[in-house]
Amino acid sequence: MTKLQAILVALGVAILLVAPVGQGNYIIYTLCSWLLFSISAMGLNLTLGYAGQVSLAQAAFMGIGAYVTALLTLSGIHWGFATVISITSSFAVGLVLGYPALRVQHHFLAFVTLAFNTLLFLVLRNEEEITGGSFGLVGMPRPSFFGITTDSNLSFYYFSLICFLFSAGVMWWILRSPWGRAFKALRENPIRAESLGLKIRRQTLLAFAIGSAFGGFAGSLQAPLVQFIEPGSFALIHSLKLLLMVVVGGSGFFFGPMLGAAVVILLPEVLRFTEGYYLIIYSFLVIVLMVYSPNGLIGLGHKIIDKLRPRHEARRDMQQGAQL
Amino acid sequence: MNAPVLSVRNISKQFGGIRAVSDVSFDVHKGEILGLIGPNGSGKSTLFNCILGQLRPTTGHVEINGKPVDRVRPADLSLLGLGRTFQQLSVFPKMSVLDNIILAGQEHEGTMLSRLFGKPDAGLTGKAEQLIEFFRLTPYRDTPAGSLSYGQQKLVDAAMAFMAGPGIVLLDEPAGGVNLTMLTHLKERLMTYNIEHGTTFVVIEHNMEFVMSLCTRIIVLAQGEIIAEGKPEEIRANQMVIDAYLGG
Repeated sequence: MTKLQAILVALGVAILLVAPVGQGNYIIYTLCSWLLFSISAMGLNLTLGYAGQVSLAQAAFMGIGAYVTALLTLSGIHWGFATVISITSSFAVGLVLGYPALRVQHHFLAFVTLAFNTLLFLVLRNEEEITGGSFGLVGMPRPSFFGITTDSNLSFYYFSLICFLFSAGVMWWILRSPWGRAFKALRENPIRAESLGLKIRRQTLLAFAIGSAFGGFAGSLQAPLVQFIEPGSFALIHSLKLLLMVVVGGSGFFFGPMLGAAVVILLPEVLRFTEGYYLIIYSFLVIVLMVYSPNGLIGLGHKIIDKLRPRHEARRDMQQGAQL
Repeated sequence: MNAPVLSVRNISKQFGGIRAVSDVSFDVHKGEILGLIGPNGSGKSTLFNCILGQLRPTTGHVEINGKPVDRVRPADLSLLGLGRTFQQLSVFPKMSVLDNIILAGQEHEGTMLSRLFGKPDAGLTGKAEQLIEFFRLTPYRDTPAGSLSYGQQKLVDAAMAFMAGPGIVLLDEPAGGVNLTMLTHLKERLMTYNIEHGTTFVVIEHNMEFVMSLCTRIIVLAQGEIIAEGKPEEIRANQMVIDAYLGG
């Protein structure tokens, strides 16, 4: 990380610390939503952006996390323990869902994951005795740690912020390690990667499982945030929304999903003053962005920086004298 | 002579009614540079893919250091000390040259968990930089591999094949599409590496001048069978080889 990047990250964290101060409940709720959707989108970014495996089931993993956490906390188990179980469950299910990716790729894989999301939605809706069916589950307690509660919206925001920073730290660690390089190799050239000793079956499964675990963690925050969950919150449309976050922000870039989540969650709120036109304006902006910059907002930033750079650059081999 | 490092034993490969490779056997010894040549459709690539575990032979088997490797996956072959390059460009285009070469060695270092919790470069930057220097790619260390010229990408591909210190390297048409200046450089680097490290090479190539000047022994395939074997000058004078190439 360069000095400039470190300063920008510190500035970003400072903004996040002061963002909810003096704001009403709705704004704080929206900011919390952005934080937890960013966590989930980070996971999808690993699976899709870095490892190149298409997934249309990220909302399903949020659902697994949310329902497991809700059921456990409603039966008196602490949120911390419930979250560990939620993350483990999502990881395990993600690992199983990764198996089809060993056989099918691209749009075929998209359909497999889409089917899984639909299947989970039906299970959540139909297994009424466990999940509450269409009525969902209500009244999940917000966690408390060593006597400090997160009952108020502001304290829950700061709790979500800690979880978000922790998730970003874990993701950064994975991506900077040889695992991160291996995920990128899987996306760019799996046959070559395998010839270099990379076990691509294992790496593909890990890409799904780790991405899903991030989804599960986001779900375990969603349950106490809203204190009401129902199957519709984890339907296919939400997986598409998460995909939009990753793509709009910049697939395969670390900060892409966070920017994308800001656009998908916050921009509609900003545009709300336009009343009935906001969806049209929002859709138009997204289409223009995708046409002009398929690499999303981060890609757009890179394009602008490239345009500002001087056009003529000396050949680097000539700087040291011709060698070949 | 020492025991062979690579043995191909009675390999045949049938695709439906077509016999692409027919009962081919040969040994390769440590430090040798073996050329595998033949006209188009002679079965060279099929044989190569059988050796590399990407095709399962209909009959016969392959041994590395006396150990059968018939059902070993390509990743495990690499861990057994078999490196390879590809006929087509096969780098990781969005990664820097340095990252490409580190990636080529990282799976051979430590365990899965130690790679997650250890150093980001798996302690390989120094070794990777030596290889970058060896192939004279230093000015491009941090350049995305995909933005290099064709010949430079071929050099990166070769450097990746050597990163894990393999005992045997299979080079699939290394001269294909490479200009004369770069080709001379590549050949010189391969010969130097062979002398310095005693690495064994098996080379498939169409460029006869390149093969004749690089290899110590040549096997000629035609219609899936070995028709000649010997030193470059013997092969050059062999009438069967001339007929196979000229269709006589």
